[in-house]
Amino acid sequence: MLILTCPWCGERPEGEFMNLGEAVPPRADDPSAMTDAEWSASINERRNIRGRHTERWWHMRGCGTIFAVVRDTITHDLFEAADEPRP
Amino acid sequence: MQRYSFFSLARNALSQHEGWQRAWRSPPLKPEYDLVIVGAGGHGLSTAYHLAKEHGITNVAVIEKGWLGGGNTARNTHTIRSNYLRDVSIRFHDVSVKLYEQLSRELNYNILFSQRSMIDLIQSWSKLRDLRRRSLAMALHGPDYQLISVPDVQKRIPAMGDLSGVRLPPLAGMLHPAGAMARHDAVAWSYARAADSRGVEIHQHTEVTGFTFGTNGAVTGVETNRGTVRARKVALATAGNTSHVIAKAGLNLPLVTRNLQAFVSEPVKPIIDVIVNCPDVGLYVMQSDKGELVIGGGTDPIPSYRQGCHFSTFEDVVASLVELFPRFKSLKMLRQWGGAIEFAYDASPIISKTTIEGLHVSTGWYGGFKSIPVGGLTYAHLLATGDPHPLAEAFGLDRFTGLRFLLEAGTVAQR
Repeated sequence: MLILTCPWCGERPEGEFMNLGEAVPPRADDPSAMTDAEWSASINERRNIRGRHTERWWHMRGCGTIFAVVRDTITHDLFEAADEPRP
Repeated sequence: MQRYSFFSLARNALSQHEGWQRAWRSPPLKPEYDLVIVGAGGHGLSTAYHLAKEHGITNVAVIEKGWLGGGNTARNTHTIRSNYLRDVSIRFHDVSVKLYEQLSRELNYNILFSQRSMIDLIQSWSKLRDLRRRSLAMALHGPDYQLISVPDVQKRIPAMGDLSGVRLPPLAGMLHPAGAMARHDAVAWSYARAADSRGVEIHQHTEVTGFTFGTNGAVTGVETNRGTVRARKVALATAGNTSHVIAKAGLNLPLVTRNLQAFVSEPVKPIIDVIVNCPDVGLYVMQSDKGELVIGGGTDPIPSYRQGCHFSTFEDVVASLVELFPRFKSLKMLRQWGGAIEFAYDASPIISKTTIEGLHVSTGWYGGFKSIPVGGLTYAHLLATGDPHPLAEAFGLDRFTGLRFLLEAGTVAQR
């Protein structure tokens, strides 16, 4: 069981949250300027890191905040996310 | 290859079983092969076997970071079935079941194949509609998937007992007579032995640390902890870790890796003779030949390479189990494990070339034990001819660029 720290509610058990997966860069402002391959890669591909990665959680059964955390995908250790451009 | 039979068993018994040959050789690593397969699990070894058998390509090395069949082949719940939804998936897995049925004879190795059927217990009306649709789709292609009533379900699964107090009582069941199980180690070992006897080399404890490329950008081999190995083609069969391995070649794939756990109870006398799956609550249970109940659930809902027990999922699965089978409350759990299962956005497999010439992937299996024979058959065809096998044309990476997704609802205990 993970204990996550919601920026609004503080420490809460994992069951209140939903994992939204790996934090991906924001969508391009002008998708039509990208090639098909770049566009498809930007929506489909994931780095799927074995080790520390940044992911987003949604406090679905709580305040509704979406926030980022850094988690090690091998040990499940949690770390505070560094300055993340967009939640 | 030394053939296994009743007579060879009797003959070797007379010599204190000291006359058995090793099932596969351990030759020195050569600097060059026609083809290198990364990952000596079920899919890698089956691919090597089919390359040698159907295409006569035997200058092949199967390299493996750990030991043979020690990855997801050792970390699954050895279920074989073909109750899928999409036409291509049904045809694909139907062929796999048929190959499994013949596997012990074909490879001269007893894989303890037991076709004991599978029952999906339906506990919600939406799931009933969903599985009725699946059964009609399957009827078009052959494999049997029939609706059965609750009394029939109770007759087939007497261990379930009284259902009056159950919070989500079963509404019906779906019987899949082709559902089977087999000994997972034996599947890997039998393919290893058969591939080895045809000249394929298996190199354990050989970890890929990088790839080498030619001037045109094509892959020319792999770097390993035992030196560089040149190859015209490199084929990844590294279930669970494909993203991690292919990142060394600078590629990303549309994959997420999650933990899928299972656990077994202490051994008891025969009590369940079918594979019971409850897709509504995320639970399946069967009894192994040793008498242990093998229990599993859905994947943990977070990306993970942990290969262990995630307690909140464990708690969910056990709660669902004792609701339907209250008598199992007294069982002790013996051990648990997790497999790193990787899947694409649409939950269908990927058997494909990549954007790097010469580098191929077979991944996204989302529970690939059942697909080992057909996965090897189709991957070997792609590697040998350069064209996808007719059964696996839809499983290319190009489906993501063209947004031709194959959304599949028939994978691991999907809720």
